[in-house]
Amino acid sequence: MATAVPTTHPAPRGTCPFAPPPAYQQARQDEPVSRVALWDGSPSWLVTRHQDARDLLADPRLSADATRPGFPFLSAAARHIGAGKASFIRMDDPEHHRLRRMLTGDFTIRRTAALRPAIQQVADDLFTTMTTGRTGADLVAEFALPLPSLVICLLLGVPYRDHEFFQRCSRTLLRRDSPIEQVVTAQQELTDYLDALTDRKRTEPDDAILSRLVARGELTTEEIGAMGRLLLIAGHETTANMTALSVLALLQHPDQLAHLRAHPEATPAAVEELLRWLSIVQSGVTRVAVEDIEIGGVLIRAGEGVICQLNTANRDEDRYPDGDALDLTRDTRRHLAFGFGVHQCLGQPLARLELEIALDTVLRRLPGLRLAVPFEEIRFRHEMTVYGIDSLPVTW
Amino acid sequence: MLVHVDPDRCCGAGQCVLAAPEVFDQREDDGTVLLLDANPPAALVREVADAVAACPGGAIRLEEDPPR
Repeated sequence: MATAVPTTHPAPRGTCPFAPPPAYQQARQDEPVSRVALWDGSPSWLVTRHQDARDLLADPRLSADATRPGFPFLSAAARHIGAGKASFIRMDDPEHHRLRRMLTGDFTIRRTAALRPAIQQVADDLFTTMTTGRTGADLVAEFALPLPSLVICLLLGVPYRDHEFFQRCSRTLLRRDSPIEQVVTAQQELTDYLDALTDRKRTEPDDAILSRLVARGELTTEEIGAMGRLLLIAGHETTANMTALSVLALLQHPDQLAHLRAHPEATPAAVEELLRWLSIVQSGVTRVAVEDIEIGGVLIRAGEGVICQLNTANRDEDRYPDGDALDLTRDTRRHLAFGFGVHQCLGQPLARLELEIALDTVLRRLPGLRLAVPFEEIRFRHEMTVYGIDSLPVTW
Repeated sequence: MLVHVDPDRCCGAGQCVLAAPEVFDQREDDGTVLLLDANPPAALVREVADAVAACPGGAIRLEEDPPR
């Protein structure tokens, strides 16, 4: 059994770039709650099964607070960010609850659904620019990345003209191997930018989220800036990478692509399966135990770090038979792509809607869509917290 | 079937609305759970059970019909 236990986090992926690291898949069978060594040699628990991950993410005996001793940082960059001003995803209730609730009204199912025409318009405009008079493009640079960036800017009240700046900062912050001085600079620049923008909303208010947080009068500029930073990064990197990987995955699975083309009404279900199968938060979700917890026959002691590995949990055969197969018609309920517990992704209704619109637009308007380069030339972002691809050259 | 919700535990993720829109909605101001039907018809038992399981905050509880 010991031979199968993964010893590092992260571990390398195998021959299929879409699949989780083979060592973790093996661990799910042999030792579902196992010990791993992090980049700096410190130990953490790795949780690879669906039910265990779900139970732990909902367990208040685990803390999301990165300032607690024993919190598992997955890179030097993460440790630096963890030491800075935290947004509410790195807090526990009741403080997490208080701050999150200031935003939940903006991301309800109904509020999000009302954005559909606006998001479709953004998608159509990008699409027209990308395709007019051309036979090929990089789908990441011209569609998958600008779509969610434009939308989150609109919602937050951040000028899109600054997108190159904040996209560069967020890429640096999400890289596991960023030199620490670059992380420090990116974190500071983004913080200064959002603090200045927040201050500007005090004199020039609009009806977007930052302004409304200011208008509540309950939060400091620093607190609003931290929320803005979270929403800005989470709001574009994740959906951009999901969109690009989804299109690539479909192109590599012609039977599934044909199914979706024949059943466009099944796009929301397809989005769920792609979320499960790709599980792009490849870092997993990190927590630290504040009390002893017994799970899967293992005792996690207070003060020990825990990584819930979402991508292996989402392919757990006990929950998803033939879990390694991409099957757009399967029952995907309870997938953990957005995490679980009270920290579950706040923006998931928006992410789902953006993905649905993006896939539908690309597939409906480009019936001849295909890769413009051999699959082997696509570079996967192994070094990022959020998995993705740098570019997706396509033709039609 | 009787449904109980605890708005204090609700984190506004909207999973219940996706699972059982006939039974659950979200408050306009803070997105927390709004129980539309505390005693939904038995035909919706699967949807309601789904909402209970999908709720990330454990804010929904299902109580079977009391014995008559």
